Amino acid sequence: MSESRLERRFAALKSEGRGGLVTFTTAGDPDYDTAFEILKRLPDAGADVIELGMPFSDPMADGPSIQAAGLRALDAGMTLRKTLQMVSDFRAADDTTPIVLMGYYNPIYSYGVDVFIKDALAAGVDGLIIVDLPPEEDDELCEPANAAGLHFVRLATPTTDDARLPKVLTNTSGFIYYVSIMGITGTKAASGDAVRAAVTRLKKHTDMPVAVGFGIRTPEQAAEVAAVADAAVVGTAIVERVKAGLSPDGIAGPNLVEGVVGYVASLAAGVRSARQG
Amino acid sequence: MTTPNSYTTGPDERGHFGDFGGRFVAETLMPLILEVEEAYNAAKSDPSYQADIDYYAKHYTGRPSPLYFAERLTKEFGGAKVYFKRDELNHTGSHKINNCMGQILLAKRMGKTRIIAETGAGQHGVATATVCALFDLPCVVYMGATDIARQAPNVFRMKLLGAEVVPVTSGTGTLKDAMNDALRDWVANVESTFYIIGTAAGPHPYPAMVRDFQSVIGREVREQMMEAEGRLPDSLVACIGGGSNALGLFHPFLNDTDVQITGVEAAGHGIPSGEHAASLTGGRPGVLHGNRTYLLQTDDGQIKDAHSISAGLDYPGIGPEHSWLNDIGRVQYVSATDTEALECFQLCCRLEGILPALEPSHALAHVRKVAPDLPRDHLLVMNMCGRGDKDVFTVAEALGVTI
Repeated sequence: MSESRLERRFAALKSEGRGGLVTFTTAGDPDYDTAFEILKRLPDAGADVIELGMPFSDPMADGPSIQAAGLRALDAGMTLRKTLQMVSDFRAADDTTPIVLMGYYNPIYSYGVDVFIKDALAAGVDGLIIVDLPPEEDDELCEPANAAGLHFVRLATPTTDDARLPKVLTNTSGFIYYVSIMGITGTKAASGDAVRAAVTRLKKHTDMPVAVGFGIRTPEQAAEVAAVADAAVVGTAIVERVKAGLSPDGIAGPNLVEGVVGYVASLAAGVRSARQG
Repeated sequence: MTTPNSYTTGPDERGHFGDFGGRFVAETLMPLILEVEEAYNAAKSDPSYQADIDYYAKHYTGRPSPLYFAERLTKEFGGAKVYFKRDELNHTGSHKINNCMGQILLAKRMGKTRIIAETGAGQHGVATATVCALFDLPCVVYMGATDIARQAPNVFRMKLLGAEVVPVTSGTGTLKDAMNDALRDWVANVESTFYIIGTAAGPHPYPAMVRDFQSVIGREVREQMMEAEGRLPDSLVACIGGGSNALGLFHPFLNDTDVQITGVEAAGHGIPSGEHAASLTGGRPGVLHGNRTYLLQTDDGQIKDAHSISAGLDYPGIGPEHSWLNDIGRVQYVSATDTEALECFQLCCRLEGILPALEPSHALAHVRKVAPDLPRDHLLVMNMCGRGDKDVFTVAEALGVTI
């Protein structure tokens, strides 16, 4: 494929000599309009790559915060079709910030794999992270997505040893997402040394950019990760800012969007303060 | 779909039964799933492993369980000769122990030091807590908060056996959510922990492994029926939540194509009401909990809540091998409602002096429908897979009785 938005973005980060900030928010949390408002403002707040969560009723690899975000979105009527619509709406004003959809396979399988790939490309989606599709199931979605020009970004974890890593990297493109802990999202953080060692190990196997996530909550932690990896991924802590901005009756409060965007800006400042050596 | 030469060769090396099954798990778990598969394959070919299973089956579980001619129910229905496979007489009160014993012996071989499990009705949780006590391993059982409320006796039993019971409030607080939280625990504790899945579902190799451990039920029935009647049964009936008791009975008979096989799903308040747990009758294929199978789901692919008076059938999916057997037509799948199950629960108490669990009461409801029209020499075997002591509070409440 010709150079994609993701490839251009990581190349730009490299030439700036800094790590990037990858943000995760759940599409439709707490409602379509509010989530879209947040999405539109993420690039100016400093998000280099956007991960947009596709809500699922049974998110097995996610902690309580992201589970709750998905349920809020579903309760407000979010669907996969509307998630694609949101990306399409976003692309009307921003044709450069990469968007990676993240979620679980069943809603896509239910939508129809071929139709989904076509609609995702048409909406302006750049890549997919599907938590419950390991390399062993590559013929389901990964191979047709790659063939159609959608990046299939894979997770690597501390349990992915050197013997298995090549299998995980095969068919992965765009970047590799290193999950720095064994566990679900948002529970704990890895030490800086552990992250550095892991990135070094991954880099021996691939030239792809390495983004590191799970457990990053503060601008300082984001800076620490961005100093050794190509990007830091922050999800749970952002989603918790959405929750904090809800009014007592559970709908979006007046300061929700500002709270989220301001927090992302602080993370971005942290990441930009960390020069890579 | 073409008819296979054998119905018992699955799954393939990737864990597929036709289009169903597979290994749809997060990368963190994938190396572990492969490790379990490798360990199980090695154990299967080790005679000492099977010898251990046989020893505990005989001396601890109490196998073989009897094949009992239910004479008064047979007379009541006025048709087929009805036999019960009495797996409710197993230690811990259900078929669940067959599977737990096999898995914990595997966990020990793998050097695992901590056991987790999910449970719906609590029968699998009790069986897991039991084998953990026996083999001195710490045990954490995830159980939906809704189920904890309606299965208080089993919760207390698990605690007496030394298990920690973790209430699951995410989602709807039932079996599927308990399984989600057990998987989350496993992701965080992969090195120390073995996950004893309670039914013939989940990622490969679990569906095949659980089926193998439960197939002792059907193997015994073959021998016992030959002894009792000199021939194989004409039909088999079992209830289905995830479907492990049913597969255990069915699997050794799948290639005997003269044997008619029926699985009974829980129709809850009735299929048209939408409040049921009948994945095959009322669902469509999807991917959840590591496998592709029939699921109750919305148009958007979100998993729907199941409903059944029986907590053990209250699951929006079904084991992948059942989905395959359904699609190729080898097994017929039907359903029975809460009301029918309650009626047959009471009928069985009065006529046979057996308190059936609400789960096999669904199977009995189907037997009641078909037995009267079958000839008197028709041999029907129903799996009495659990005893109903745990359900007396639920039944009392449903009947409006205060105890």
